[in-house]
Amino acid sequence: MKFFEARDITKKFGGLAAVSDLSFTVEQGEIFGVIGPNGSGKTTVFNLISRFFPLTEGEIYFKGQQIDNLPAHKICALGIGRTFQVVKPLRRMSVIDNIMAGAFLRTSSVKKARQKAEEVCEFCNMRQYENYEAKSLPIPLRKRLEIARALAAEPELLMLDETCAGLNPKESEKAIELIQKIRDNGVTIIIVEHIMKVMMGISDRILAINFGKEIAMGTPQEVASHPEVIKAYLGEDYA
Amino acid sequence: MKKTNNIIGVIVFVAALLLPVIIQAPYQMHILILVLIWAVMGTAWNLLGGYAGQVSFGHAAFFGVGAYAAGLLEFHLGISPWWGMILGPVLAALVSLPIGLICFRLRGPYFALAMLALGEIFRLLFTNMESFTNGAKGILIMPAITDKVFYYYSGLLMLLVTVLVTTLIVRSKIGYYLVSIREDQDAATSLGIPTTLYKNLAILSSAFFTGLAGAFYMNYVAFIDPHIVFNLTSISVMLIMVVMLGGVATTWGPTVGAALYIYLGEVFRTTLGSANVLVFGILVCLIIMFLPNGIVGEIGMLKQVVTRKKTSVKEGI
Repeated sequence: MKFFEARDITKKFGGLAAVSDLSFTVEQGEIFGVIGPNGSGKTTVFNLISRFFPLTEGEIYFKGQQIDNLPAHKICALGIGRTFQVVKPLRRMSVIDNIMAGAFLRTSSVKKARQKAEEVCEFCNMRQYENYEAKSLPIPLRKRLEIARALAAEPELLMLDETCAGLNPKESEKAIELIQKIRDNGVTIIIVEHIMKVMMGISDRILAINFGKEIAMGTPQEVASHPEVIKAYLGEDYA
Repeated sequence: MKKTNNIIGVIVFVAALLLPVIIQAPYQMHILILVLIWAVMGTAWNLLGGYAGQVSFGHAAFFGVGAYAAGLLEFHLGISPWWGMILGPVLAALVSLPIGLICFRLRGPYFALAMLALGEIFRLLFTNMESFTNGAKGILIMPAITDKVFYYYSGLLMLLVTVLVTTLIVRSKIGYYLVSIREDQDAATSLGIPTTLYKNLAILSSAFFTGLAGAFYMNYVAFIDPHIVFNLTSISVMLIMVVMLGGVATTWGPTVGAALYIYLGEVFRTTLGSANVLVFGILVCLIIMFLPNGIVGEIGMLKQVVTRKKTSVKEGI
């Protein structure tokens, strides 16, 4: 039984195939990277897994259970959390309330949810911003809040969408540290990222896609030297 | 801060208890009872429109169903309309269920429009089902109790129960989920929140207390017709104004809003005649410009400025 498996997933928006016949598996405990140029279908893959979009074709399995027929809110309860590329903080709620909204998935008691949220807050180094309103946070902290909120729901598989996009080198270094810390706590991670340096550093395996199709898969070095990948990023001449 | 709030609460409560002793003019008592009815409706609307962020332009439907439940008991069966205080809210809640299932497929302004249409549908339905509802002639009952002091205290009790129940809901997991849905429905879904279920819970309890206010209105005023209780402007829209003026998504905002709105309405009506609607128009513009969070919502902001605290406001989440 594979920990996570996508089998021939296809998503068509009208005549446009955003994702076509994509298959991959993710092992428990690894950091699995998905790369590709703009518009190659990375975020669509996330939206398919988290059931924000229905699949056109294909199947998705998580720990042996088929999940592509479940409603979107059940996915999180199964243990798959996600963040959004365009951050979606609960704007007029404080940081701790945001995280509590995630923690309530595993408990109904306000006290326990607050306790859990405080732990997660500590883990993500956000204790000093606990009582800030989410809309008052700068982008790096909003991105970290997204991760914290998803973590509070105790996922086994966490999907991170462009966590380092828009951050300066120092901030993204901190974000990478956090991602590695999350993995060390036993959470499997699928990460979509634009910045190659980030991906090379932390991914165990990388899937490269372009126009919704797989062009390469393997260790970071294998993928980076793959002619199709170079062609997709730098053009025909460099391949 | 919490201590002073408690002291203020006790003072207001004692004042509310003593009011009928001080004020004995029937007109003044009448206005106070209307304030209580509107405060209950505002608090109920606030649960759905304020906390869950699903703005309803059709709460007259629930108010009218509650009122008619009480009125028709007496009209058809000769049963005391006070039983409507149980039947009314239950019926209003039952009516809200299919409405929620259908209308919550829509988001934001589309939901508001669907609810607006719904209120009108109920008005036309109750006007035209003459054999059942007595149509536009309305329903007149002979109230068993005419003492206004009695209505005042039962209205006050009704308001306290409504505020207590909504506060319990808001402070629980349900409250956090409702606010999450208001702030970002997609983010809420990604956190495993069944958004449709929780929105239905909100409309259910909101309709329940609005129906309760409707049944109480029937008992107190003793006459209703479809154009009074299902009225779009003087019930549904006015309800939104009451909550906006007082403070959206605050515990006491709707009550403060109801008191101000009813009293201002009376003052304008007696001094300006038919121009009073114009003044209300201007007032709405002023609220939106200067008090977007309503009076109770902005008090928190002012306190924050005065005490220079960096933490965010608790009221109005």
